[in-house]
Amino acid sequence: MANVSTTENQGRMPSPLSSLGDSLPKILIRFGLLMLLDALTISFVWQLWFSGGAGFAITVTLVVIAINVVFLRTDAMPLRWIMPGLAFMIMMHIYPVIFTVFTAFTNYGDGHLVEKPVAIQQIESRTYVPEGAPTYGWTAYRDADGNIALWLVDEEGDTYFADSEGNYAPAEEVPGIGELDANGAPLSIEGYTRVPANQKLVTLPELQGHTYGPADGGVQVTGINTATQTEQKYEYDAENDTMVDQETGLIYYNVEGTFTAEDGDQLRPGFPVTIGAENFTRIATNPAIRGPFSTIFIWTFIWAFFSVFLTFALGLFYSLVMNKPDMPFQRAIRVLMIVPYALPPFISVLIWRGLLNPVLGVIGTQWNPGWFTDPFWAKVGVLGVNLWLGYAYMFLITTGALQGISRDIYEAAKVDGASGIYQFRKITLPLLLVAVGPLLIGSFAFNFNNFTIIDLYNSGGPPIAGAATPAGHTDILISYTYRLAFAGGRGADYGLAAAISIIIFVIVAIITLFNFRYTGMLEEVSENV
Amino acid sequence: MRNRDRLDTAWRLAVALLAIAFALFPVVFIFSAAINPVSSLNTTQIIPENPTLDNFRYMLDNPQHSFGRWMMNSLIVSTITAVLVVVLSAFAAYAFSRFRFRGRQGLLKTILLAQVFPNVLAMIALYLILQQIGRVIPLLGLNTLGGLILVYLGGAMGFNTWLMKGFFDTVPRELDESAQIDGASHFQTFYQIIFPLVRPILTVVFILTFISTYGDYLLARVMLSDNKTYTLAVGLSLFIGDQYGQRWNQFAAGALIGAIPTLILFYLVQNQLQSGLTVGAVKG
Repeated sequence: MANVSTTENQGRMPSPLSSLGDSLPKILIRFGLLMLLDALTISFVWQLWFSGGAGFAITVTLVVIAINVVFLRTDAMPLRWIMPGLAFMIMMHIYPVIFTVFTAFTNYGDGHLVEKPVAIQQIESRTYVPEGAPTYGWTAYRDADGNIALWLVDEEGDTYFADSEGNYAPAEEVPGIGELDANGAPLSIEGYTRVPANQKLVTLPELQGHTYGPADGGVQVTGINTATQTEQKYEYDAENDTMVDQETGLIYYNVEGTFTAEDGDQLRPGFPVTIGAENFTRIATNPAIRGPFSTIFIWTFIWAFFSVFLTFALGLFYSLVMNKPDMPFQRAIRVLMIVPYALPPFISVLIWRGLLNPVLGVIGTQWNPGWFTDPFWAKVGVLGVNLWLGYAYMFLITTGALQGISRDIYEAAKVDGASGIYQFRKITLPLLLVAVGPLLIGSFAFNFNNFTIIDLYNSGGPPIAGAATPAGHTDILISYTYRLAFAGGRGADYGLAAAISIIIFVIVAIITLFNFRYTGMLEEVSENV
Repeated sequence: MRNRDRLDTAWRLAVALLAIAFALFPVVFIFSAAINPVSSLNTTQIIPENPTLDNFRYMLDNPQHSFGRWMMNSLIVSTITAVLVVVLSAFAAYAFSRFRFRGRQGLLKTILLAQVFPNVLAMIALYLILQQIGRVIPLLGLNTLGGLILVYLGGAMGFNTWLMKGFFDTVPRELDESAQIDGASHFQTFYQIIFPLVRPILTVVFILTFISTYGDYLLARVMLSDNKTYTLAVGLSLFIGDQYGQRWNQFAAGALIGAIPTLILFYLVQNQLQSGLTVGAVKG
């Protein structure tokens, strides 16, 4: 510690060599790079802001401002070294956590995916056919880009030409119209090729939903030979934040991000809005969610506990057996025994799934109590697979920790006449637990979120009967969250999934903070200055 | 006494044999399946009658799936991530180890606390963020390797910085001081003096990051949605799906190829790993 004072000085009063030693070209390069970064950021953030990423845009802006400050002020020199890593941490770790919390209080998910203006625009684009609306016959023409234009003939025989851009004019004003056929449609129009009659049916899906003619209302193709004058069905009333049905006069009120009429009729799509703690109350009170959730919640703890306990027990047993100084082949045995730990888990789990396969697997055909179909045996199976995957890690750490226990204690115990089992219970185990305790807690936290094994073993199955959400008997909270958000097959519910993420966050945070306290990791920071 | 000792060694060896059998039994079956021309999981013979390398050839050549591509994607993503993680956390560790500045402790704690929240739990947010980024920079959006690497870099600091800082602290400061008296800049000091001395810990962090990135299934599964961008974890799991009957042997060959990178790395760091794990364990 003799050099403490010199290093202290170094930080507070930067030595002339480091702060003023920067040559002019170096400074110019730094300014140049910063300006380049700023220019790129402005362009990125600008576009991001207008494409629905305001929160992330703000985060990026703050991070880049911080980078500028750190690289422009000489007294912030130490932070220059930390800033690059910190920038990624803030953008891709801290902000996502905050964003998750925010999402948990919204109805974000299927039916509420697009921002409000987009939802309004989509609803407003719908049309209806007013009573007695004029109908037209139509002929399609395609331009070089593949866009379809229509030649329309109304009931009086007047003809119009409407292109896909919204231009709409009586046919006689359109230039480049060729000879008419028997039905009064031109054989050619300059810049267009006529779609033959036998391909009309094929073009129909392309035309669906497209409106020709003036913006309010316009003409829509309604059948193979008919097109009809339509009008805008819904109009947004910004003052009252309501959607008004132009046909019936029905008013749709904005109820938690969905325009809903008094009779309960809803307009899709909705848009994301904050809905308070509703996702959390749903978990707590909705029986169809609460039932499976509590099953999964309890199983997550059982799973994490037994994962640690079983792997630790086997790993410790092995290391006790191998812990003999003159044991032959020790190195070779060790290398072979940790093979399961060295294989990527996604590969081993898939292999085990094959071995347990009831029709084909070498174990499954001999002995199959329902490795994937019976709730209890599926749990036994996934714990067994995890035992194979995890004991080698425990073997490694207990072997190391055993070496740390002094031989003298055992000698003393032997003199006192303590039996082997007594020695294990009173000496080995307590000392070992002190040494590897934090790692066991860490392992618990890891298995609490061990998605890979759970998902690859049986996709969380077998399914829990009667669950309102996709839930299985071996699902743990994280795999359940994943299914809610991405793979449910019943639509994504980001809000609910985020709410469950928060619950896991809290549990894992408590476990880990407890672990830090246990190891004094946080205190270490203060000591080691 | 000699006899008792021999007996003692004998039963320990017997247990070791059983342990090795337990450890290797699935691996043996995978080998067997990989060289077996007949597609069946349930062969009684460990060495099939007509061993063949066709399954390996099928996995590497067949254009219908993209095993080679997945393998490549995994290697690309894991290598780039590991390199960047080492660089980012080594820079930070250098600063934390060598400079005393205001907010140092707070920052160290913040970095550690951020790790309390595993980023897999923020997968929904990360998914939505990549979706937003992708609208502006398609190369870093959803379903791109760039986007996936970006996600992994969120966890670059954290424990790695701590691990490295501990190691950096053991390098005597007199070394960099004398270098700086000779006129070396901080970067020169870092690159020419510290870097060669801390290479072991950088190697360990590189390999551990590589292995964990290579083995990640969840985030890759969430972010990637196309056969061409899958990493091995996603591709291989979808390849086998429920088709154990038809694809077991090909899968076995793929699994063996896929396990090679981590097996090699594990073998290389085996010793450092054990001492690293136990040093962490005994500290406290």
